[in-house]
This record gives sequence, C-alpha cells and structure tokens, in this order.
Amino acid sequence: MSTDNITHPHAAHVSHHFKDANQEYDAGKQGIWLFMVTEILMFGAVLVGYGIFHAIYPEMFAEGASHLDWKMGFVNTLVLIFSSFTMAISISLVQQNKTKQAAIALATTVLCGAIFMCIKYFEYSHKFHLGLYPGHFLDVAKVGAQHANLGMYFGFYFAMTGLHGLHVLIGMGLITWLLIRTIRGDFHSQYWIPIEGVGIFWHIVDLIWIFLFPLLYLVG
Amino acid sequence: MANHNSNNAANVLHPHITPMSTYLKVAGVLFALTFLTVIAHQFHVQLGAFAGPIAFLIAAVKAAFVLMYFMHLKDDTNMNRMIFSTGFFFLIVLLLFSVVDIATRVTEVSPL
Repeated sequence: MSTDNITHPHAAHVSHHFKDANQEYDAGKQGIWLFMVTEILMFGAVLVGYGIFHAIYPEMFAEGASHLDWKMGFVNTLVLIFSSFTMAISISLVQQNKTKQAAIALATTVLCGAIFMCIKYFEYSHKFHLGLYPGHFLDVAKVGAQHANLGMYFGFYFAMTGLHGLHVLIGMGLITWLLIRTIRGDFHSQYWIPIEGVGIFWHIVDLIWIFLFPLLYLVG
Repeated sequence: MANHNSNNAANVLHPHITPMSTYLKVAGVLFALTFLTVIAHQFHVQLGAFAGPIAFLIAAVKAAFVLMYFMHLKDDTNMNRMIFSTGFFFLIVLLLFSVVDIATRVTEVSPL
C-alpha cells in the first residue's frame, strides 16, 4: 500500500461501511441513477399529460404556443447546453487534480444557471403583464383569448417550466456547495463522487429542457 | 511501479477520464442540433404534420448524446444502464396506453 501513497498522493476517501473505494463509488453512482429514474417518471407524467390535452384541444394549444417567444427558449437552450459542458469538464479536471480549473468550470456552470433563471424571470414577468396566468387566473378579456380554456395551456406552461426552474435553482445551490468544497480541496483524483452525482442531476435538468423547448415553444 | 499499483490496489480508483476533445465535440454537436431544430422550425408550414416528429427526433438525438457522453452511460456499469432503461421503459408504457386510450375514444351523445 505504501507504493499507492507515492503514485497517489491523495488517499481514497472510504466511509467505514464500504469495503473499498470502488464499492463506495459504485454504490453512490447507482443511488443517483435510481433518483434519476424518479425524475424521468415525474417529468414524463407531466409530458404525457401535455400530449393528451394537446390531442384533445389542438387549436387551443396552438393559440397558447403563439404567445411564447421561441428566441427566448432558444437562447436558454444554448445557455443550458454550455453549462452542461462546463459541468462535465469539471469532473475530468478534478480527476486530473486540476482543482483551480475545476473551480472555474463549476463557477461558470452556476453563472449559466443564473443567466437561465434571469431569462426565465423576464419571460414570466412579460406573461403576467399580459394577463397570461395559469388556469382560471388567466384574464380571458385582457388577453383577447379565442379559446375560453386557454388557461389550461398556461397551466401546463407554468407547471412544466416552473418545476424545471425549481430544479435549476436546486442544482445551482448544489453546484455552489461543490464549488466551496472544491476550493477547500476536498476533491481530488481519488474522491470526486459528489461532483459526478450533482453533475448527473444537472445533465438531466438539461435533458428535460431539450424536450421542453420544442414541446412548448416550437410545436404549437 | 504503475503496473504493480494497478494490480494490487482495490482501494485505489482508476477513473475513466474522458478527454477534453470528446467533450468539445459533443458540445459542438449539441449546439449544431439546437440550431438545426430552429432552422427546421422556419419550414414548419411546408413540413406540416412532420414538423413535430422532426423536432422530437432531433431532441432524442441530443438526449442520447447527453446520456452517453455527459452522463457517462457509455462507460458506466450495465446495472446503471439497466436502471435508466427501466425508467425510460415505464415512461413508454405510460405514453403507449395513453395514446391507445385517446385514439380509440368514441364520442357518444346521450339520448336522454
């Protein structure tokens, strides 16, 4: 084992209830993937619900989609893909003990999340300004809605983007926590599983947005 | 020394480090496909009923790239691939039965 300490200046970080570092790593990652299944099913159910009501009221959904600006959604898609890229490279950098560069990559990821939420804020406040609220709160007279149940489309819009936005906020919080721990020097070539776990979470948030963008903004 | 090290130590992780060039290529593909989605959208009148399926096909390709390279399913254990597949499988089941339900509904007017 002494030779390991020469080639690996950082010792593997193993909690006492694990046999070795590999078992700890596999168990951690498996847990994250199980969590991802619940995420896929939660967003999947809302997506299927959207599909069902889109099939029943196609004209009303087309009217709803015409109120959205695809350019905003497009910019947000690019921002999220870039943040996924910086998240992914931060793992590589930590694995190579390039702590400083990894911290910069993580900080960029949080910044991209903040840009995404700012654009979302402008979108939401514009919708509220026009009277486009979810469900029966929608101001049919002010909007000049052709369909009396237009509120259903915005119910889906706010539920889907709101649930997604909540995930972005939680992800930003978790990545900030990773950033602090990275700067503190907790992560290195033998211990990086928290970054990998949060990374997988951040990528699934990106993945969901990849489907939400065409669903809400393009296919009306 | 390196050989000796990789042979004996169960307590040492040997991470699969994805090279930066792979991440750059994947990010490039994802950006390109996002632009393709928007370009395809400009022709949605001509594409008609195909506009939706084309947009979702591009989204599915993007999702596959994110899963394989960013989420490392390409180099992951079969167990984790299986876990992801079960989630995806049950989502398809939900979608399939919903489609069958909506597509086979018959509108009936009560004679009462």
